[in-house]
Amino acid sequence: MSQLVIKNLHISIGEKAIVKGFNLTIKQGEVHAIMGPNGTGKSTLAKAIAGHPDYTITGGDVQLDRKSILAMQPDERARSGLFLAFQYPSEIPGVSIANFLRAAVQARMAEGEELDAAGYYKRLYSKMDLLKIDRKFTARSVNEGFSGGEKKRCEILQMAMLEPRIALMDETDSGLDIDALRIVADGVNAMRSSPASPGIMLITHYQRLLDYIVPDFVHVMYDGRLVKSGDKSLALELEAKGYDWLKQQPATA
Amino acid sequence: MMTSVTTSADLTGSFTPAAFATHLERVKHLPAWWLDRKRAAYAQFAARPMPKRSDEGWRFSNLAGLTLDGFALPAAIRFDQMAHRELGVTGADHLVFANNRLVTRQALDTGAARNGIIFDTLQNALVKHSDLVKSHLLAHPSKLGSDKFAALHEAFLEDGAFIYVPKGVEAELPVAVFHYACGAGAAVFPHTLVIAESHAKITVADFFAGRPARTNTGLIAASNGVPLQSFACGGNDLYAGHGAHVTYIAMQDWSRETLSFQFNAIVARRDAKVLSLNLHAGARQARHESFSQLQAPGAHSDMLALTVAHGSQEFDQRTLQIHQAPNTSSNLLYKNALLDQAKTIFSGLIVVDPDAQKTDAYQSNRNLMLSDEAEANSLPGLEIQANDVRCTHGVTSTRIDRELEFYLESRGIRAAQAQELLVFGFFEEVLGRIENQQLHDSLTEIFRKKFKS
Repeated sequence: MSQLVIKNLHISIGEKAIVKGFNLTIKQGEVHAIMGPNGTGKSTLAKAIAGHPDYTITGGDVQLDRKSILAMQPDERARSGLFLAFQYPSEIPGVSIANFLRAAVQARMAEGEELDAAGYYKRLYSKMDLLKIDRKFTARSVNEGFSGGEKKRCEILQMAMLEPRIALMDETDSGLDIDALRIVADGVNAMRSSPASPGIMLITHYQRLLDYIVPDFVHVMYDGRLVKSGDKSLALELEAKGYDWLKQQPATA
Repeated sequence: MMTSVTTSADLTGSFTPAAFATHLERVKHLPAWWLDRKRAAYAQFAARPMPKRSDEGWRFSNLAGLTLDGFALPAAIRFDQMAHRELGVTGADHLVFANNRLVTRQALDTGAARNGIIFDTLQNALVKHSDLVKSHLLAHPSKLGSDKFAALHEAFLEDGAFIYVPKGVEAELPVAVFHYACGAGAAVFPHTLVIAESHAKITVADFFAGRPARTNTGLIAASNGVPLQSFACGGNDLYAGHGAHVTYIAMQDWSRETLSFQFNAIVARRDAKVLSLNLHAGARQARHESFSQLQAPGAHSDMLALTVAHGSQEFDQRTLQIHQAPNTSSNLLYKNALLDQAKTIFSGLIVVDPDAQKTDAYQSNRNLMLSDEAEANSLPGLEIQANDVRCTHGVTSTRIDRELEFYLESRGIRAAQAQELLVFGFFEEVLGRIENQQLHDSLTEIFRKKFKS
């Protein structure tokens, strides 16, 4: 069983400290929802763990299966089993989904190993069918001209194809209508019920997503650290009371 | 201040009156009108000054690189003495020229010939279809600054391709024309003339490449250890009659020691659609001029170009879109990827005549800077004399977007491959316009290799 251990993590953008001592352990198969108001460091946390060059880790450690990933390039982190589902996925003109995903799959193969093209397409099409993505999309440029819902489904498609052990899902529900939300949730739940179920950090503002992807743990992040943890009932409490009552509380490590 | 006296040798370089006399002797069997035009062109070439720093049409160009010395009309070469590579389009007919002469051909299948399509050498066409050639060959001078070199092309043009598609005939397969310069110092003058009559449809691919000569005979200098310096001065005329569709794709892959000029002239008549796509990879210094005339309502011209510039290569591209009638449209997209110390120049002008109302014209130059030492120059321009038009132009010079790179890398794709995917994504906007899949794939593959070399 893989696990991601985030230990007393501090992250800055330039001189500005954003994440200030974040601790969490995510085991494969678990879903941890991270909730909290805007600007509290949730997206920064996800992108920094994935290795985005704009963020500086100023303290602490992130370990995947007891090995620190902080010295690794983003592509190495991904090949080690980490996946980031972007809040705002980039549009990549001229690079088709089929070629992009094939490059990502091939990057995980040993040198000299040949991709089984027929098997690859079979797997791709079955995942696309599950996510209700038209097969014609394989020839389209990645995310280019996609609606918000299509972009998010494309993120889940990539996650399904790359089978990460740990997935960081950054506001996957933003910009989705209720039908798209259900499709995305079905895709994630299908992965959860597979033998290689990933550990998931699910960043969201809204309880709504958690009706469809039921979390094992709910955490509240405020001012760069976790201030409260609980089970799914915490999300309902937040929905009812908002975040203000938590801002008063002292930080709990 | 020093005064320099220009001698005629300074103006002609290797292309002396004696060289011209030799050339004329070789084509003396061609129609008199053509020989007269060649003589006039030579006189014009010899009289015109070389481009000067103050010439607007040569802003940013490396004028010192334009020297006409050190070249010669090359000796004939046999097909089996050179390396020819197919473009990989199954069943496509082709003509192969090397050192200004036809070396091999695959004639049109009988079905196409029965439809009246003519795919022949320019020399044969000059003899058999003199009037047709006369009204279209080099009928639209470039106006973009190269009159001297355009005259040189006309004076020394020995042979080339002639493609004629009669009214209502649609050619199923592309036809390909290969032009090779073989041996050091070779001067070549390729030409492709395409005439598509009303509602005709044709795709033509021109391929330009340099090759070492395997034999040292006649004027071909020894190529052992000598860089394959050569001179190419080519042209093509595309004429699309009413409702005709002409697709023209050219791949310029001259040797990296070549001085190259290429002049495209495009005429689109009522409701005609012309797509011209020029891929540039070769030459030391390459000047490319493309001139579209939208002559009647409904005419449309797509002008596309893609360049990968390495080392100290210079690609100098000048374009003109002239809208001469109402309801015409043109769409220009020139993309350059620059590496090392390479330099590109794009200078484009859209002209809308006073009565060309409802013109829709677009012009875009996009540069992808892959090196801090590369230099991309852009000079977009509009000259609008009508009041109800939509004309826009845009220029961008960008580096690889770090966010996109991160996105690819976050999927496990290694940095070098992520960069290659993004560069080819940048190219695909142009390459994707090639409808014939085999042609698209083989040109993409050539380009991929060029990018890596």
